Amino acid sequence: MASLIKNIKSSFRKMTTSIKTFFWDMRRAFNARKKKIGAYLDKKNLNLATKFPGWARALIYLSPALIVLSVFTFWPIINSFRLMLYEGYNMSNNTITGYTIFGNFIKVINDESFLFAASHTEGTAVMNTLIIVFISVPVSIFLSLFISVALNGIKPLKGFFQTIYFLPYVTNTIAIGLVIAYMFKADGGLVNELFGLGKFSWVEQGAEYWRSMFVLIFYATWGTLAFKIMVFLTSIQGIDKQYYQAAAIDATPRRRIFSRITVPLISPMIFYILVTSVIGAFKIYNQIVALFGVTGRPAGANYTMQSIVMYIYQYIDGGGNNLSIAAAGSLILFGIILVLTLVQMQASKKRVHY
Amino acid sequence: MELRLENLTKIFTNKTGTDTTAVDDLSITIDSGTLVGLLGPSGCGKSTTLFMIAGLLKPTRGKIFFGEDDVTKLAPEKRGIGLVFQNYALYPHMTVYKNIMFPLENMDVPRDEAIQRVKEMADLVGIGTMLDRKPAQLSGGQQQRVAIARALVKKPRVLLLDEPLSNLDARLRLQMREEIKRIQRETGITTVFVTHDQEEAMSISDKMVVLNFGVEQQYSAPQEMYNTPANLFVAKFLGNPPINSFEADVKDGAVIFNDQKFMQFKEVKDGSYIIGIRPEHFRVAEKDSKDKIKVDIKEIFHVGRDTMIHFELNGQNIRALVDSDSVGDNDKSVELTCKRKRLYVFDKDTGKVINHG
Ligand SMILES: Nc1ncnc2c1ncn2[C@@H]1O[C@H](COP(=O)(O)OP(=O)(O)O)[C@@H](O)[C@H]1O
Ligand SMILES: [Mg+2]
Repeated sequence: MASLIKNIKSSFRKMTTSIKTFFWDMRRAFNARKKKIGAYLDKKNLNLATKFPGWARALIYLSPALIVLSVFTFWPIINSFRLMLYEGYNMSNNTITGYTIFGNFIKVINDESFLFAASHTEGTAVMNTLIIVFISVPVSIFLSLFISVALNGIKPLKGFFQTIYFLPYVTNTIAIGLVIAYMFKADGGLVNELFGLGKFSWVEQGAEYWRSMFVLIFYATWGTLAFKIMVFLTSIQGIDKQYYQAAAIDATPRRRIFSRITVPLISPMIFYILVTSVIGAFKIYNQIVALFGVTGRPAGANYTMQSIVMYIYQYIDGGGNNLSIAAAGSLILFGIILVLTLVQMQASKKRVHY
Repeated sequence: MELRLENLTKIFTNKTGTDTTAVDDLSITIDSGTLVGLLGPSGCGKSTTLFMIAGLLKPTRGKIFFGEDDVTKLAPEKRGIGLVFQNYALYPHMTVYKNIMFPLENMDVPRDEAIQRVKEMADLVGIGTMLDRKPAQLSGGQQQRVAIARALVKKPRVLLLDEPLSNLDARLRLQMREEIKRIQRETGITTVFVTHDQEEAMSISDKMVVLNFGVEQQYSAPQEMYNTPANLFVAKFLGNPPINSFEADVKDGAVIFNDQKFMQFKEVKDGSYIIGIRPEHFRVAEKDSKDKIKVDIKEIFHVGRDTMIHFELNGQNIRALVDSDSVGDNDKSVELTCKRKRLYVFDKDTGKVINHG
């Protein structure tokens, strides 16, 4: 038995040695070839580095990314501008009845399900989205900061806890949404059972607007915790221990260590997370579909849980003239995100320590 | 305040279960108001000792007393110490002013007094004009002063410095050495200064401790330690150029150099020993001197006021630093001697000195 293990070990070692040698030789061959090609190019005066000016070289190096971005990002953006200017666009024969600058924007803004709700309903795409952004982003950032600090503090089972908190990140959003919906089910749902709430309706027929919103925010917050915790935990672990030792010697209370040392030292990461999660929260879609279906409306409800992105999708589905409305909606979303990001960058100048 | 370590021991156990004894049964008493240098080669347990005094590491055994108080189990924040880290550990996001202010924010000090103390301390260490800068905008020497100011501003009972000068260039190191000594004298605070640089320790300390593998080798005033080393390790660790050490036999109480009898040591039994003589303790013998040895000069270097002679004793290369006037450039041989008390006889096995107290 022991000799068998020994044999396996030694053959394993031989294998790794030969693999390493193989890669070593590959690299040597590659370098030799590279040298040869370089010499050849130099001789023919074709060397990229000397023949082209800096900007041309930059363009050549960037071209793969630029081509992909052009096809899938820049062209659609230009197209939305174009669509937004059309009036009475007919997709099947590609005709329009005229041009407009603000017409489609006005249609969107006057839409009862976009900005201001009609008197007999609750919730609009913009309001819902803003509520989700302004609650779930700060709550999830604070929560993940505290959880990361706590995780960093424990020694036993550290890896285990880190895995637990990271699970939502690798799990399908829709699947989690179904689980959450099941947890908040009126009849026999975990939450109602646990808190003894009887047949309290959270997301089903009869649920009020704020109950649905609570569940949605809970889900949106929890679902984004994993990534934030991972980023914060990694940055906290990168902080020099000596700062904490110095703070301990100076009798610094825990909350001041948190607010005056940990947070400022990882502030670039907090800022990064803030900007990306604000953008991410503005684009919320999956979670709403998972909880309330593509209509974004619990059965029989007189309100909508729709987000801006859902609103836009709904009009893309319509085709034709609706596309102009969808385009106007996307540009409004783009404008809001742009302004908010600029505000955040301005505000960060004082608070973020690089 | 007096600082006392009793049988202080620290054993680290790593993941595979092997033990490292970083500090081994260290017992010393540091008098109130003195600066004690903790000296030893890298990895000998200096930082570990310091961190145990600070409370950042728990001793495996032994006790630590501040005055009459047993602080062994006391949390670091309750000990009232100032600690200067090897790389200063200044908070990079705070200005110099805020860095120095930070310890006071956690204390029960009125705001006016706190501001006053920060200003005074900044002036004392000579950075009063840089209070608005961030640590990254300071030179190494300036950062080091900020670190000292931050450690001192809360008026600690003990000041601990962990190799504070090792990141500075040679000239600045010399200057800061004197500065630290001055600040320590002015504040009269009991100070432990860790360094691996023997010259630095000798020049700054009132007394110094030499550690090797966590074991105390000697604890005394620098000059005393230099002149009367307790063992071969201390003798070799101190001094530049290093001490000459070589094997020699003692026969009938006389040390044998190159088959000649050199000096008589009644208290030394016959046998084989390690002899230590510092290069600068040799001198050219007077005509009537009775303890002298004639050696063949292998090489001769003039270094300013002194002359360095290379020769052989008992098959070992030896260096002697003598007065330039006493040897000529073309001399092929010279008669050397040294003071009786500057020739050290060490036990071959234990390294302990035999011919002193
Ligand atoms: N946290 C630790 N875990 C294990 N071994 C350590 C630890 N800290 C120090 N040691 C070991 O203890 C010995 C003394 O270290 P240290 O006190 O840092 O030496 P130095 O005199 O250079 O400051 C070294 O052998 C070092 O490897
Ligand atoms: Mg050290």
